[in-house]
Amino acid sequence: MTSPAPTLEKRPAARTRRRGPVVDPAALAEVERLTVGVERRRDLLIEALHCLNDALGCLPEGHLVALATLWRLAPVEVFEVATFYAHFEVVPAGAPLPPPLAVRLCDGPSCRMAGADALHDAVAAAPPDGCRVVAGPCMGRCDQGPVALVGRRAVTRATPKAIAAAAAEGGAPRLPGDAQRLAHAHTEGVYRVLASLRAGQRSVEEVLTTLEEAGLRGLGGAGFPTARKWHTVRQMPGPRAVCVNADEGEPGTLKDRLWLEGRPHRVIEGALIAAWAVEADLVVIYLRDEYPEAHALLLAEIAEVIAHGLAGGVTIELRRGAGAYICGEESAMIESIEGKRGWPRHRPPYVAQAGLFGRPTVVNNVETLCWVPEILEKGAAWWQDLGRHGRHGLRAFSVSGRVRLPGVKVAPAGITLTELLAEYCGGMAEGHRLKAFLPGGASGGIMPAALADLPLDFGSFEPHGGFIGSGAVVVFSHADDLREVARDLMRFMAHESCGQCTPCRVGCDKAVSLLEAPALDTDLLADLAQVMRDGSICGLGQAAPNIWQTLLRHFPEEARR
Amino acid sequence: MTMHTIPFTLDGQPVEARPGETLWQVAQRLGIALPHLCYRDEPGYRQPKGTKGGNCRACLVEVEGERTLAASCIRKPAAGMVVRTASPRAEKSRALVLELLATDQPPAATATGAGGRSRLRHWQHEIGVDASRFPARRHPAPAPDVSHPAMVVNLAACISCGLCERACRDIQVNDVIGFAGRGMDTTVVFDTARPMGDSTCVACGECVQACPTEALLPAERTDSPAATVETVCPYCGVGCQVRLTVEDNRIVEVEGRNGPANENRLCVKGRFGMDYVHHPQRLTVPLVRRDDAPKSPACDMDPANPFTHFREATWDEALERAAAGFRRIRDGHGGGALAGFGSAKGSNEEAFLFQKLVRTGFRTNNVDHCTRLCHASSVAALMEMVGSGAVTAPVRECARSEVILVIGANPSVNHPVAASHIKNAVKAGARLIVMDPRGQALSRHATWMLRFNPGTDVALLNSLMYVVVEEGLYDRAFIDARTEGFEVLRQHVSAFSPETMAPITGIEAATVREVARAFAGAGSAMVFWGMGLSQHAHGTDNARCLIDLTLICGHVGKPGSGLHPLRGQNNVQGASDAGLIPMVYPDYRPVEDAAVRGFYEDLWGMPLDPVRGLTVVEIMHAADVGRIRGLYVMGENPAMSDPDLEHTRASLARLEHLVVQDIFLTETAMLADVVLPASAFPEKDGTFTNTDRLVQRGRAALQPPGDARQDLWIIQEMARRLGLGWEYDGPAEVFAEMRHCMPSIAGISWQRLEREGAVTYPCAAEDQPGKAILFDDAFPLPGGKARLRTADILPPAELPDADFPLVLTTGRVLEHWHTGAMTRRATTLEALEGEPHCLASPALLASVGLPDGGTVRLTTRRGSIRLTARPDRWVPDGIVFVPFCYTEAAANLLTNPALDPVARIPEFKFAAVRLEAAQAGAETAAAGAAAGVASGA
Repeated sequence: MTSPAPTLEKRPAARTRRRGPVVDPAALAEVERLTVGVERRRDLLIEALHCLNDALGCLPEGHLVALATLWRLAPVEVFEVATFYAHFEVVPAGAPLPPPLAVRLCDGPSCRMAGADALHDAVAAAPPDGCRVVAGPCMGRCDQGPVALVGRRAVTRATPKAIAAAAAEGGAPRLPGDAQRLAHAHTEGVYRVLASLRAGQRSVEEVLTTLEEAGLRGLGGAGFPTARKWHTVRQMPGPRAVCVNADEGEPGTLKDRLWLEGRPHRVIEGALIAAWAVEADLVVIYLRDEYPEAHALLLAEIAEVIAHGLAGGVTIELRRGAGAYICGEESAMIESIEGKRGWPRHRPPYVAQAGLFGRPTVVNNVETLCWVPEILEKGAAWWQDLGRHGRHGLRAFSVSGRVRLPGVKVAPAGITLTELLAEYCGGMAEGHRLKAFLPGGASGGIMPAALADLPLDFGSFEPHGGFIGSGAVVVFSHADDLREVARDLMRFMAHESCGQCTPCRVGCDKAVSLLEAPALDTDLLADLAQVMRDGSICGLGQAAPNIWQTLLRHFPEEARR
Repeated sequence: MTMHTIPFTLDGQPVEARPGETLWQVAQRLGIALPHLCYRDEPGYRQPKGTKGGNCRACLVEVEGERTLAASCIRKPAAGMVVRTASPRAEKSRALVLELLATDQPPAATATGAGGRSRLRHWQHEIGVDASRFPARRHPAPAPDVSHPAMVVNLAACISCGLCERACRDIQVNDVIGFAGRGMDTTVVFDTARPMGDSTCVACGECVQACPTEALLPAERTDSPAATVETVCPYCGVGCQVRLTVEDNRIVEVEGRNGPANENRLCVKGRFGMDYVHHPQRLTVPLVRRDDAPKSPACDMDPANPFTHFREATWDEALERAAAGFRRIRDGHGGGALAGFGSAKGSNEEAFLFQKLVRTGFRTNNVDHCTRLCHASSVAALMEMVGSGAVTAPVRECARSEVILVIGANPSVNHPVAASHIKNAVKAGARLIVMDPRGQALSRHATWMLRFNPGTDVALLNSLMYVVVEEGLYDRAFIDARTEGFEVLRQHVSAFSPETMAPITGIEAATVREVARAFAGAGSAMVFWGMGLSQHAHGTDNARCLIDLTLICGHVGKPGSGLHPLRGQNNVQGASDAGLIPMVYPDYRPVEDAAVRGFYEDLWGMPLDPVRGLTVVEIMHAADVGRIRGLYVMGENPAMSDPDLEHTRASLARLEHLVVQDIFLTETAMLADVVLPASAFPEKDGTFTNTDRLVQRGRAALQPPGDARQDLWIIQEMARRLGLGWEYDGPAEVFAEMRHCMPSIAGISWQRLEREGAVTYPCAAEDQPGKAILFDDAFPLPGGKARLRTADILPPAELPDADFPLVLTTGRVLEHWHTGAMTRRATTLEALEGEPHCLASPALLASVGLPDGGTVRLTTRRGSIRLTARPDRWVPDGIVFVPFCYTEAAANLLTNPALDPVARIPEFKFAAVRLEAAQAGAETAAAGAAAGVASGA
């Protein structure tokens, strides 16, 4: 028996027109105008989308089709990239255009502790003229919550009034007032180390040895020894590339923004030293879109660096993310720099073997690169002596939540939370007692107060189901419902899962449902944790179960509540 | 380089992986079945790149010392690796992946038993995942999309495995399907999330073939175990191998097989265009013209009701009447008053017997077929220059090309599967040059798209050669050793600088220079061309220039290089090889060569016509003046396919005796005296030769309907009644005779074809493979050298003027094939593209007040048709493109019958035309406006 299609009632009539999206000449002309100056390269697709999104406040379907035509891509190639990133607002043909200015309200854990929910209700009830209100994940200003991004302007300690004021000014970014500019960077001695290396005062081998002896590890969260990474890339045949990962998206992390806004030339110098060491002729800085001020600053300062001949033949490019946590994962970031969706790549090959455009690639976190010139200047022993509790060097901890003085704390690696709170944060916030903390943002697990005397460093929290990661320390007190915290963190993971592999795509979503259930099915959650840890392609899915597994392990009463 | 195997341990056993093998493949080879959903163990899918593949995680295995499990389908073993497929950890994770995926599956839409369609359900069953413990989806499942006539999309069943995306993007490179959104919102989309039926989907069906769930299904399908038949596709020359699923003598589904030309791929015609065989208009009884029904050149009778003009006859009566007419003319006026049109759609055996019938039964060489209308000029140029009319290398050789040149061809429409191979090569790094006045789907993939002015091929090609010569980019060694005539050519092209030619061709000199350097500088280059080059009054000159260019750059006879005229019909190569050509016997041996003729006179036991016969269009002209009185047409439709149809149809109507053997009452059959109901492609056995010179076996899957008969039987009955005592017991015996007189297929036996399915010719011996790349050492010409030729710029036969200010060009659309006799009776194809239409630039249509298209009238000096005009950015201003498959608005009523002096091919690609807006009823003339656009172009 031939079975008819289950739902197919009748065949459509014969066609009378060409199928598929039609290129609208007016949209074509507008896209051409708005993307002037953007080379029509596939890898610049996201930059082109930003041009449209910034100008129009959204991405009308017709403009995406026009962009595809100009870029010689299929419409779907543009559409799938545009719809992957949260900051792109794709509007179907014929649908009304939304208010042009996006007001993004952070719903990260620290901002919620600072009253983000009430702010959201208030702003959503009466949005400023020409604004649409959307929730967004952590915006990297957790010490000054609640935070809003109004167009391209960040508003800290946001109030409806401050948001309206920023909106009235069109949401244009404002350069950070105390930013390091090239002129005073020189007087501060920035680029001196780079110059000495280029002058041949030290060999690459000596530099690698210094970094190795210092024990500098990747401070984006993975802790991979920097010298070994550079050495591997150096061994691979060229051309090679250096990528600066400035996409810190781990909820609670704000340290790199401070480096970028305060010491951009330290970052650039570190990147150029890396390029020198691995003989790369391309440096790409991938900056999260939540940092428009840093973007404006870097754009200006990179131009200055090039104008002053400091690039030394190295191409330096700045790329904007577009609202995707996963792009902090190094291979997803490389995909994004290539103008694609941020889907992590399979390994092997590792990015050190085949990264950006297939080149062997060094991917370093902003902070890691910042420390490089200083270590090379002051020596490995200087760094070695800086740690505490047997650990070495310094770390910029992002501290937020129930503490008196939140913010980025440059403290000895290995300092304990107790010490960090007492020595750097003025203790707990008034009326709050330490109950739990995230040592490493959303993916580092929820740790109990009982572990506050462990050194905050790589390896400390793994036996307890978590990790230090990027050092995003979020502090909770007895005022906080940890099950609610876990649910929120899991919603974040589900929102940010790229959707590529089954364990993470389906697993994060099912985990949210399971955590929302009145009673937790601990057996099923344990099974889910296993398949996500064992079977996810990248760290997002592998680490996401830390959230509920640490809740179940360290706070069984809360979990059962 | 020696390729070493990789020793590692799999489930405790020492094993060796072959180079490049994945863990999954090793396990599979050793009999360990690992679930797999996003992995498809078929060509093109096995080595996913970048972020493709490896994402369903159903095939996870444990690698000792690694923190996480590994997807065995993309992981390659390293020496000494210890891999466990059966560890509790791996088994549990695999089961959990299936459980997660099973959670939100909708109820089964198709049979779930053994061989069920959903591989997800299959693997669930295999490893015992009956139900899911996970909570159901939080958002409602997406609704099914039934907008497409041939496929059903039900994303509720989608597991985001990505196979459809890879099918669409990496395999067929149609670039319609993608993944939008992210996380659980990741959704398969068509274009910008349009319904499939309103997207740019070209309905190749590759995604349906790849989908491991019921998210993508053919709209028509069968669930019960049914018979399958392995055969080839009846449409274009690519020669895709297919598997037909047959139920109750009906084809219910078509799948691609892993043939050498198609690697499981098909296009919309092959996959969804097979139901023409079941169309109610199939001829099922012999028909003879009623005495009261005169022939009307208007060809306006209803093909569903032949009885207005014909009456049913017995086979005996019909055959006797058919043969008697031929006998009468032959005996009264000589064989020269008879002619036969064989078919490029029939088998090699049918073609062979048909030409033998004409040569021995009619006793004339007046036998030809539609190759005359397609590539006669290409073949003429190839024969004189390289000594052989066939391609020198197969399509897929382009995978090894540094540069690929496509000129005067639109393979995405006419040879979609070949186009997919070209696009694969470009994706893998080859640079593509496309030269055509019209833009096309390949343009986007081209490094250089040269939209030159129509009819200026010689100017463009000569200017390319000018650069090659001037800059010394030619292959001196090849020219010296392998060609003759270079000095003359060098002198000749010196008058064609790109700067001088630019005003003629419309291509900037700098571009010509860049392209010439790229082409000549390439280590290897494949050259593809189609009817945009050949169907001109100077088509032979066009082909000569292209062959010259290729030869002086040395791009023949080596890997990744060759000349490839893309053949249009499934067996146009085979029909030509088998001798359906008036000048030559099988294997292109001249009829005017006494020795050759002697061979055939001995073989066939009678004297043969010593003079070459007339070609297709010449036969029509001869019919017009009464020199040809009787015509036997097997499976061809000159009343649609020939130029200047009014004239052609009048000539056909004037014939004293016309016998048409076909499956439908074609426009030609409407003018017949006797109509013989024949068999359709899937109803017969035989061999077919594709564009690559690949001889393939076609197999009968169905019984012909009613009293329709096998063509081989009909030809033999006709022969018997013309006094020839033939006794061929089926195609194998005919093939044996062909082998006897065709050295090219000496190594190909029927048994070998049964066994191997496909063998390339020339093939000298049964134990040798056929030769895919020709002329690596010599050309089959005296002295073994290719002969370079020169050509001058000559204008097309009919130039636009004040009355007819635009250029008319004709061709095909993706969904329809040739005159539409088959495809317009295929339900899906007709649903997809059932409206007669022409394409013109938005500016041109705006100039006649139809910016969004509308009804227009097209008029040339020969005729006028009324049809819908659609705006199309790919058509240059000043050109109107008309598909010739629509009988309601037959493009060939307009075309110019001017012939190429050498190959006698008509100029289908250039005629002067006028376009006017035609409002319902009252037509508004707007030729002036059209002229304005044309002159401005």
